[in-house]
Amino acid sequence: MENLERILSEHPFLEGMDVDQVQLLVGCASNVFFQANEFLFREGEPADTFYFIRHGKVSIETHVPQREPIVIQSQDEGEILGWSWLVPPYRWHFDARAVELTRAIALDGKCLRDKCEQDHDLGYEVMKRFALIIAERLGATRLQLMDIYGHNTDK
Amino acid sequence: MATTPTSSPLHDVRDGDPMLARPFQIRRTRKDTYDTVSLQLKPPDGDDGFPFEPGQFNMLYAYGVGEVPISISGNPAKNDSLVHTIRAVGAATRALTSLKVGDSVGVRGPFGKGWPVEAVAGNDVVVITGGIGLAPLRPAIYQLLAHREEYGKVVLLYGARTPEDILFRRNLEKWRSRFDIETALTVDRAARSWKGNVGVVTQLIPRAVFDPLHCVAFVCGPEIMMRFTVMELIKRGVAENNIFVSMERNMKCGIGLCGHCQLGSSFVCKDGPVYCYEDVRDSFRKREM
Ligand SMILES: Cc1cc2nc3c(=O)[nH]c(=O)nc-3n(C[C@H](O)[C@H](O)[C@H](O)COP(=O)(O)OP(=O)(O)OC[C@H]3O[C@@H](n4cnc5c(N)ncnc54)[C@H](O)[C@@H]3O)c2cc1C
Ligand code: FES
Repeated sequence: MENLERILSEHPFLEGMDVDQVQLLVGCASNVFFQANEFLFREGEPADTFYFIRHGKVSIETHVPQREPIVIQSQDEGEILGWSWLVPPYRWHFDARAVELTRAIALDGKCLRDKCEQDHDLGYEVMKRFALIIAERLGATRLQLMDIYGHNTDK
Repeated sequence: MATTPTSSPLHDVRDGDPMLARPFQIRRTRKDTYDTVSLQLKPPDGDDGFPFEPGQFNMLYAYGVGEVPISISGNPAKNDSLVHTIRAVGAATRALTSLKVGDSVGVRGPFGKGWPVEAVAGNDVVVITGGIGLAPLRPAIYQLLAHREEYGKVVLLYGARTPEDILFRRNLEKWRSRFDIETALTVDRAARSWKGNVGVVTQLIPRAVFDPLHCVAFVCGPEIMMRFTVMELIKRGVAENNIFVSMERNMKCGIGLCGHCQLGSSFVCKDGPVYCYEDVRDSFRKREM
């Protein structure tokens, strides 16, 4: 646990968070790993976890009937994966697959949701940090949708 | 550390009229992707080499079709032949990419100011590029690696539309296998068989290892991509006067006479195409040109 606490408290995502609050998070955390091609979660399943990726790469995918799944984004070492556990109906919108051996710290989102309900200061801290991630992902997705390297948008 | 792009002569007339295209012969062609071809050109008989600075361009004339500015994409240390990498987007570029070995192409140049590769020695150098933007930067990467010991970290971040659009795969593989350059690629979309990154090139910036205080960035790609890249670099703490961008405008004369390529009070053909971001910041923010 001590190790998890150190790793979490040093992670940029939690920078500036109260020691007590980090300890509450540690109470919901566990070490996990996934072999290449193993799914961390699948579209439609209950979303009750999020991950601090420690090593490896995860691709966020969606399946298209009669075609190979499309990779929408990849998440790397040091990044946070998953925010559907925060918003109803708490279901994953995409599949997440380990591209290679991936190690992560999993946080039990349901446990954390309950803690955030009871402790609104903690809830605000968590929300603030996830809002930043969601905004960054939205910005990146918009840029991706612009198809900036296509013929009609170049220069 | 403020630096200005290395100054080059207004035009290199090679003892001739800068408006007169000289016929070069195509020595080799290489299909880089489904819409992009590299042409290796041989100077006319009697000419010795083609010195240029990384980032400079030539006006290439597809006889009977049109003349367009195209950056030099070859190795500046090997100037006996001239390499251009061209993406077919319209009449002139389609004609150029259809040429065969032995065909002729008209060449005027080299023109413009390039990347300040020598002037930034001592710094970490982050090269960020998207799409065909890797072509104007390849000579700078060759030069950085040829003088590797003079720089701190060297990082290449490259974004393409799909895996099929990735240019210079052989170079990229070589660079990735070196321990003295960090190379990261990403594509905007891919099927599952692609094992690399998916996402826009700006997402690679927070992951890259460099010292923002002693870092110079060379950025080349579509203007939207450069705008967002610059924002991300500034967010990481890179100073505006340490960011260099390559601008594109329509060109005709290539030597600062016709005014076609005006950018604020400058002409991209002679004052650019490489500018310090600080000097063109306002043009980036302008909504209409
Ligand atoms: C300094 C400089 C360096 C350049 N270096 C290179 C290079 O190394 N390799 C290269 O392939 N191109 C390069 N370009 C861009 C190239 O000059 C243009 O693609 C070319 O002028 C288009 O001419 P065209 O007759 O083929 O197409 P046009 O008929 O002029 O245009 C056809 C269509 O393509 C679109 N288009 C025009 N320019 C571009 C562009 N740059 N990218 C995407 N779509 C475009 C137009 O909007 C139009 O819809 C450079 C431009 C400049 C200013
Ligand atoms: S192209 Fe004529 S002034 Fe630049």
